[in-house]
Amino acid sequence: MNASSPAKPTSWLYRRIEKIGRQVIETVDGLGAIVNFTGRVFYWGLKPPFRLKLIFEQFYFIGNKSLIIVGLSGAFTGMVMAYQVYFGFQLISVDSLVGPVVALSLAKELAPVLTGLIVSGRAGSAMAAQIGSMKVTEQVDALEVMGINGIQYLAVPRIIATTFCMPMLSCLFLFIGNVGSYVVGTKALMIDESMYLSKLGEFMHMSDFYQGVIKSFFFGFIVSVIGTYFGFGVTKGAEGVGKGTNQAVVWGMISVLVLDYFLTSFLVKIL
Amino acid sequence: MIDPKDTAVAVNKVTKIFDGHTVLNNLDFIIPKNKIVTILGFSGAGKSTLLKHILGLMLPTHGHIEVLGQDLTMLDKVQLREFRRNFGMLFQYAALFDSKTAIENVMFPLREFTDLTEEQMFERASNLLISVDIQEVAFHKLPSELSGGMRKRVGLARALALSPHIMLYDEPTTGLDPITTKMVNDLIVATQKNNLSRGMTSIIISHDVRATLQISDYVAFLDRGNIVEYLPAAEFAKSTNELVQEFINL
Repeated sequence: MNASSPAKPTSWLYRRIEKIGRQVIETVDGLGAIVNFTGRVFYWGLKPPFRLKLIFEQFYFIGNKSLIIVGLSGAFTGMVMAYQVYFGFQLISVDSLVGPVVALSLAKELAPVLTGLIVSGRAGSAMAAQIGSMKVTEQVDALEVMGINGIQYLAVPRIIATTFCMPMLSCLFLFIGNVGSYVVGTKALMIDESMYLSKLGEFMHMSDFYQGVIKSFFFGFIVSVIGTYFGFGVTKGAEGVGKGTNQAVVWGMISVLVLDYFLTSFLVKIL
Repeated sequence: MIDPKDTAVAVNKVTKIFDGHTVLNNLDFIIPKNKIVTILGFSGAGKSTLLKHILGLMLPTHGHIEVLGQDLTMLDKVQLREFRRNFGMLFQYAALFDSKTAIENVMFPLREFTDLTEEQMFERASNLLISVDIQEVAFHKLPSELSGGMRKRVGLARALALSPHIMLYDEPTTGLDPITTKMVNDLIVATQKNNLSRGMTSIIISHDVRATLQISDYVAFLDRGNIVEYLPAAEFAKSTNELVQEFINL
């Protein structure tokens, strides 16, 4: 060790600050890399050839194969919400407002956010795992050698399909959630059917519906960008695939929740 | 001396530096057309980096790489992507698309880059698979249902689908048993022979000295980014270079 060099502080606090600093730098670095990746997605997404078959295959995987899980989640969310709201509202004798309150919660928040979380867990993880395992088995390199861009072939169809599937799945969640709430409200909790529907019509507006649809469009985009980004970032074999998949789910879900806040604060002003 | 007209790849004073570390050091050599040339070397010698330069997946820090008379450093990304169709590559583990069957894998490049009808593509892919000794019963099997040797053969058929001018083999026999190794080596020689009329060149990256000396026309030895020996295969075994002898006698 060089005697003239200043001694490096080794206190617990110093190491802690150093670790936090390194994590901040890595996070900022990661965010920059995702922005760069998104730019490349737009670049390759706008360049021919446009592989419609691949896009439809992804529509099937992300859309059709999520129908049951999204439908079930929607139904039970609506049913549980109806119960919870009813027992609260009954105390102040406004149980006739169960329908609109559940519908508004579903339309503005629960349908897009929960659908975003479900798709992130199901399709976002699958994207990262599929692309990641293709990366470690040199299938992505094989595409490049053939003169096919990996982002254009693998990421763009998944991102287009998820971005457009998410609003549809969110609408399905909203519809089934409202059916669930209606069934529980009118059949189990004995709210008058015509009252339920008239209040629903009175308080629910198209702008509430649009808010959810616009949100889910952005959620679809961010979940798929993150899923494919972590797929392409996979290194070190099977362990890397597992790590990439895990990161895709965690960051996909966090992104949905964070983006939800910013979108809500923006959309409530314009809608 | 190789005539420039007979040159497949010319590596002109190529240096590649990553983060201050020199991976390729002023490489200057020529790979002739119609020959099997193997690049040998220890792990970390720069073989894969050199391969990526030949493919245009990486550009040199200094120097130029000419492939089939075209300076790759003068091409933009789109031109490079198109130029890469001159190459076929057999990856170490074949790199077959695991969601596609054997025949779909071979039809893939045809579907992407030709205007052939579905029937014509199927016929061409079938012929290619048969030429590498894949029986019809295996055409519709997924890569996971094929043995290591069969996967390599399907990978070779896919690489040959667009009739490449340069075939690249990345560690073609690594991890294979002796019988499959021999089969793959025979296949490399047969492929070269069958495509000689088109002027096809084969470049192999390998660790396998014995097979290299049997099947190659020329052998280059790469050490820490430098070509320390580059000779016809028959002369390579007699090289007086200490590193080469150490490698041969390992």
